[in-house]
Amino acid sequence: MMESLLTNVDWVEIGWASWDTLVMVGMSLLFSVLIGLPVGVLLFLTGKRQLLEQPVAYAILSFIVNVLRSVPFIILLIVMIPVTVMIIGTSLGVAGAIPPLVAGGAPFFARLVETSLREVDRGIIEATQAMGANVRQIIFGALLPEALPGIIAGITVTAITLVSYAAMSGVVGGGGLGDLAIRFGYQRFQTDVMVITVALLVVFVQLLQMLGDRLVLYFSRK
Amino acid sequence: MIELDQVQKSYQVGGRAIPALQPTDLTIDTGEVFGIVGHSGAGKSTLVRLINLLERPTGGRVLVDGEDVTHYDAAELRAFRRKVGMIFQHFNLLSSRTVADNIAFPMKLAGIYSRGQIRDRVAELLALVSLTDQGSKYPSQLSGGQKQRVGIARALACRPSILLCDEATSALDPQTTQSVLRLLAEINRELGLTIVLITHEMDVVRRICDRVAVMDGGRIVEMGPVTDVFLHPEHPTTRDFVFESENVDREELQQDLQHAPGRILRLTFRGESTYQPLLGHVARASGVDFSILSGRIDHIKDTPYGQLTLSLVGGNLEQAMSEFEAADVHVEVVR
Repeated sequence: MMESLLTNVDWVEIGWASWDTLVMVGMSLLFSVLIGLPVGVLLFLTGKRQLLEQPVAYAILSFIVNVLRSVPFIILLIVMIPVTVMIIGTSLGVAGAIPPLVAGGAPFFARLVETSLREVDRGIIEATQAMGANVRQIIFGALLPEALPGIIAGITVTAITLVSYAAMSGVVGGGGLGDLAIRFGYQRFQTDVMVITVALLVVFVQLLQMLGDRLVLYFSRK
Repeated sequence: MIELDQVQKSYQVGGRAIPALQPTDLTIDTGEVFGIVGHSGAGKSTLVRLINLLERPTGGRVLVDGEDVTHYDAAELRAFRRKVGMIFQHFNLLSSRTVADNIAFPMKLAGIYSRGQIRDRVAELLALVSLTDQGSKYPSQLSGGQKQRVGIARALACRPSILLCDEATSALDPQTTQSVLRLLAEINRELGLTIVLITHEMDVVRRICDRVAVMDGGRIVEMGPVTDVFLHPEHPTTRDFVFESENVDREELQQDLQHAPGRILRLTFRGESTYQPLLGHVARASGVDFSILSGRIDHIKDTPYGQLTLSLVGGNLEQAMSEFEAADVHVEVVR
């Protein structure tokens, strides 16, 4: 019964594609957080009426973030090809997909970090200042711990966005489930492959959301 | 001792300077509880933040124990702030840390205390604010009064010599307010801490302050010992605050006075004279008849006081007034 419905499905191929997607999302999420977190903190600190108010620095940073966020990801994939070749040596495969994914994910995450830091009560920053804290202590001792649930929620949203971006990277020769869906499901009309890859992506997103929600709950003390 | 020398503050809004505090001179003595009352926007919040430089003055000097703190560099300022505790209307506790960690936080920031010192000090402070068994809870699990107690313990962690209170009881119910004020008075007495508190409730000032400044429109309009300001308010803003705190409806009072016969006097008793059986004696000696229109007996911090409004008919009024004055009673002729 299963065999007759899913004639075109090569489970080994599906397994590898799933693994590739996992690697692409995992690696790009890691770099998005590593880059986006400090950028988000800087955006927050240099913003209007904040600790290190710097209108010029904020405007520049904000402009770069906006540019990267306003380019549709499918275009970003293509625009990034020369940069990717410079960093990785190739723009193809799993490794080649990671730089454009980070270029899309990091600014997105940076904005989410900025927003969750803004939601920290100003009174807490004031109280920490009144205790004689320097800026570094305010960031690591008060701001980031207080914003942690929001930041974790931001990581979850970013991860899910990266799942869909990673699927798109199949178009320009990336790897993973998206690549499979496009090459077999779309170009060869193998509907069964399309259905399976989409189902797997749905399951993947569901799991990420559940994990994220649990972590947020665990770290929320409010 | 805290001295403000021609301190002023204005904010730049759309290229214009909006004054929040007019040039102000103020001296707060070591060990006293100094109250600052005013309506919101009167500049009291700005004034208290100028003391620990959370707000930078746009002019003038702030001297603490003779040292001009406005010229401190960043490191000196941080060291200075450790000696000035502060508590807030909305407590401003870190929700991500337990009660004990909140109290330990300023000591950790200072970076000069060992783990053992911090642990001992936290236990000591928890006991001081009667929260010994709540150390491992998170702030969200506490009541408002308990949160403010944690705030007080946190403010005292680095053994400051000054405690600034920013509307510390305004978010609390009357009963909790009482217990927090009692704790503050106790801290002032036992640790000799100078307390500067701002509030819009005259009742808070009456309970624990030694001296008070009344603010209106960015300037201090009246200042003095609480008993003087409270019993003989001069400025209209001060009168409003005092009447409000005594639940006196001024229009009703005026109506009552219109119906009363004879002369109307307001007598103010202070300290021991509050308890003297004076009225009957004066009435017999001077032959006046009196009726009491309004009256109250209460305390200002530790001083008992009474205030009576009397209407007097017949007899020798001059003699009655001089008898009152001879007994140290302040007499004000209302009509």
